[in-house]
Amino acid sequence: MSVPHRELPAIADYVLLPLINVTVAFLVSGLVVLAIGENPIEAVKIMVFGALGYSEGIGFTLYYATDFVFTGLAVAVAFHAGLFNIGAEGQATLGGLGVALVCLAFDGAPWWLVAPFALVASALFGAAWAFLPAWAQARRGSHIVITTIMFNYLAAVLMVWLLGGPLGKPGAMSPETRTFEEATRLPLLRDLVAPFGIDLGQSPLNPTVFAAAAAAVFVWALIWKTRFGYELRAVGRNPTAAVYAGIEPGGIVIAAMLISGALAGLLAVNEVMGTQHRLLLEFTAGAGFVGIAVALMGRNHPVGVVLASLLFGMLYQGGAELAFEKPNISRDMIVVIQALVILFAGALEHMFRPALGRIFAPRGRTA
Amino acid sequence: MGRAMTRSEAATASHPPAIAFVGIDKRFGAVHANRDIDLEIARGSIHGLVGENGAGKSTLMSILYGFYQADRGEIRIDGRRAAIRSSADAIHAGIGMVHQQFMLVDTLSVLENVLIGAEGSFRLGPAEKHARAVLKRLADDYELAVDPDAIVGSLSVGEQQRVEILKTLYRGAEILILDEPTAVLTPAEVEHLFRILRRLQGEGKTVVVITHKLKEIKAVTDWVSVMRKGEIVATWPTADTTVEMLAEAMVGRRVLLRVEKAASVPGAVELEVDRLSIVDRRGVALLDDVSFTVRAGEIVGIAGVAGNGQSELLEAIAGIRRATRGRILVGGRDASALDPAEIRGLGVAHIPEDRHRMGLVLDFAAEENAILGYQDDPAWRRGPLLDGTKIRDAATTMFSDYDVRPPDPELRTALFSGGNQQKIIVGREIGREPRVLLVGQPTRGVDIGAIEAIHRRLIELRDRGRAILLVSAELDEIRSLSDRVLCMCAGRITGECRPEASEREIGLLMAGLGTEVGA
Ligand SMILES: Nc1ncnc2c1ncn2[C@@H]1O[C@H](COP(=O)(O)OP(=O)(O)OP(=O)(O)O)[C@@H](O)[C@H]1O
Ligand SMILES: [Mg+2]
Repeated sequence: MSVPHRELPAIADYVLLPLINVTVAFLVSGLVVLAIGENPIEAVKIMVFGALGYSEGIGFTLYYATDFVFTGLAVAVAFHAGLFNIGAEGQATLGGLGVALVCLAFDGAPWWLVAPFALVASALFGAAWAFLPAWAQARRGSHIVITTIMFNYLAAVLMVWLLGGPLGKPGAMSPETRTFEEATRLPLLRDLVAPFGIDLGQSPLNPTVFAAAAAAVFVWALIWKTRFGYELRAVGRNPTAAVYAGIEPGGIVIAAMLISGALAGLLAVNEVMGTQHRLLLEFTAGAGFVGIAVALMGRNHPVGVVLASLLFGMLYQGGAELAFEKPNISRDMIVVIQALVILFAGALEHMFRPALGRIFAPRGRTA
Repeated sequence: MGRAMTRSEAATASHPPAIAFVGIDKRFGAVHANRDIDLEIARGSIHGLVGENGAGKSTLMSILYGFYQADRGEIRIDGRRAAIRSSADAIHAGIGMVHQQFMLVDTLSVLENVLIGAEGSFRLGPAEKHARAVLKRLADDYELAVDPDAIVGSLSVGEQQRVEILKTLYRGAEILILDEPTAVLTPAEVEHLFRILRRLQGEGKTVVVITHKLKEIKAVTDWVSVMRKGEIVATWPTADTTVEMLAEAMVGRRVLLRVEKAASVPGAVELEVDRLSIVDRRGVALLDDVSFTVRAGEIVGIAGVAGNGQSELLEAIAGIRRATRGRILVGGRDASALDPAEIRGLGVAHIPEDRHRMGLVLDFAAEENAILGYQDDPAWRRGPLLDGTKIRDAATTMFSDYDVRPPDPELRTALFSGGNQQKIIVGREIGREPRVLLVGQPTRGVDIGAIEAIHRRLIELRDRGRAILLVSAELDEIRSLSDRVLCMCAGRITGECRPEASEREIGLLMAGLGTEVGA
């Protein structure tokens, strides 16, 4: 009855495979850099130094990683329920609306008073934006991939309308809200750590980074330590067995997507309340899509998501430095390198698996 | 000695064995699945392989088929050492394997399935013509008739199996391995399969069959090898063996092949099904006006060829499927409109027919499956979390009670052998002391020792005054366990009889031909 499964040891599956994928992505990127007549070794040096070599760089890396942790976790939670949430971008955008409404309403109030409301509003708005696609999937069978993509567009259109009209700053040329008062903005960590002689420079790193860490712990406990997580995984792995076990898959699908949307929405606290201090068009800058790559690479495990987020944070920050230092290497080049990482780590994840499987198939161990 | 022996001896004298395993050894972590296996399989023979669940039969055949690499030892095909690293190598060496889980694409036609992966498949045009001719010839030669243009998903299980066999023959297999081929077949399909195997043998092909049904070993094989705990403990000409002897060699002790039970003492009605009908979307009646009762302290068996409404009946009672008409009462309470969780709450446990599809989440750790369906039991709760320690302790106890091997609750369920997966489900459902137990195919793919244990558990549950509804395709199982037998055909109860009724009588009722025989 048993159909054999060829299994990789956990270490190979979770550590070696991602490492190989990233290395290959970098090698190919190196070739591209070489092709445009730059020295790849030097480029790597600049990137790594830019991302990790000094405290301001680290600050930026962590700031970027914060966004990716939220969206990566959002994609991962949905994935465990068997859902591919492409809509983190739109859900984060709506989260931004929630944060902006709270901050504008309480404008001038101290940040520590506003922050809890902003957190809740971002999560609620993100979840709300995930609700219709979730409901349509659970009750009508409309495919979540299609509907979440549609909702990304809808979110973008909604923002253009809101920022151009009702929420827009009167008399402004660009579609954005007015800037929040100083007191209402999240404090920057650089002001908190400066007394200890750490200089985070201009990096917008703010306390949201701790919220991201807490979210990772929360997701881990939710998925593996609670009954809800058990039921969510059962639905994701075998819906028929889930029904047998008295679980209602539709309910789980909706709940999983609401949590996913809420996690994506939280990104907005980092961006809107912590960094930009107003609501801008496209303030998410594609973080929702990076979240898909992060979740893929991190194997949908919170630890993996955090590590992958850090890697992508380094790519963003190091890439910016590289574009600055080497005029030959444009910003677009950096996007190409990031795309290669996504390609190898995500889409081609399984390319090296068979070979690794053969290496790890025990042979002649006892001989 | 027996006829088979002399013939095979003659064969070995002139030919090297078709397959020779020499010192094959394989471990999975702590599990020693194959220990130093030496085995020869004579060319042109049908060789049976029996052994307990987890004895290592599938592993040995998977090594032959290139799915696993042995840690040590070698395989010789026709006397020559063969390096089999992948199933492609195995196919090249003339080995074909029919897994129990068919590897077919449901939405493609028979012809397309046969062509997938075979050479020249990217030029379908000419290949197709050739394939049609070959399929026609194979069908004529081996009674393997299947419509090449039929969509695989619409075929019966027996026909799908024939497609699998055709696939291997199309690729030139001289050696055919079948892993538990009869577990899901109807008796008529089993007969047909055996005719095919004998034809193949007649053409000089070599066949290896893994099965838990010792009667089938006696019916179709020339040789039989017994595995126990990773070792081959005996290889005999089948003619020299008896079923008892094989059972004892497998388990290492005497096995009760007959179920021993006292007369039942039926009590109050625990389950009542009243004029239950299920009509599917096309208007076909899957269940047609079915009524019966099951009392405390009795086992009611439902006999019938698979696919005559038994699955739908169990699923309807368990709340997984809505009935179109009729009522279900559990302990006198109307349960017709309840969902699976509520029905379980009433004390109805359910061992589903298809463990992979419904009874287990194969990707879960075994201990997680040990609470499937009972995940909301407050016993597992610790604050907002699940109590991992308690769950593990309970699973460990259950695994030792039900002899689940290996007794490792953290192992992924897919890595357990089929029979041991079944023990996990049986332990989970019986361990709850349900007032009503629904049982579908409880011993499919389960070894003889475990069948004995599962049967004993069911009888004990009955004797503690529980009501049991048993669906099984094994007439022997129905007759030896049940206190009353209902026969089902085309969604209707066609009659009730006593378990002592003759096979012929039950057979007629199962075919819907019998006249109502009084209870
Ligand atoms: N990939 C694997 N990883 C770990 N253990 C495995 C793996 N495959 C098989 N095993 C273990 O090896 C042993 C032999 O398994 P195998 O499937 O060969 O048994 P079997 O004789 O075919 O049993 P059954 O009759 O139940 O199908 C079992 O204990 C099983 O749990
Ligand atoms: Mg097996």
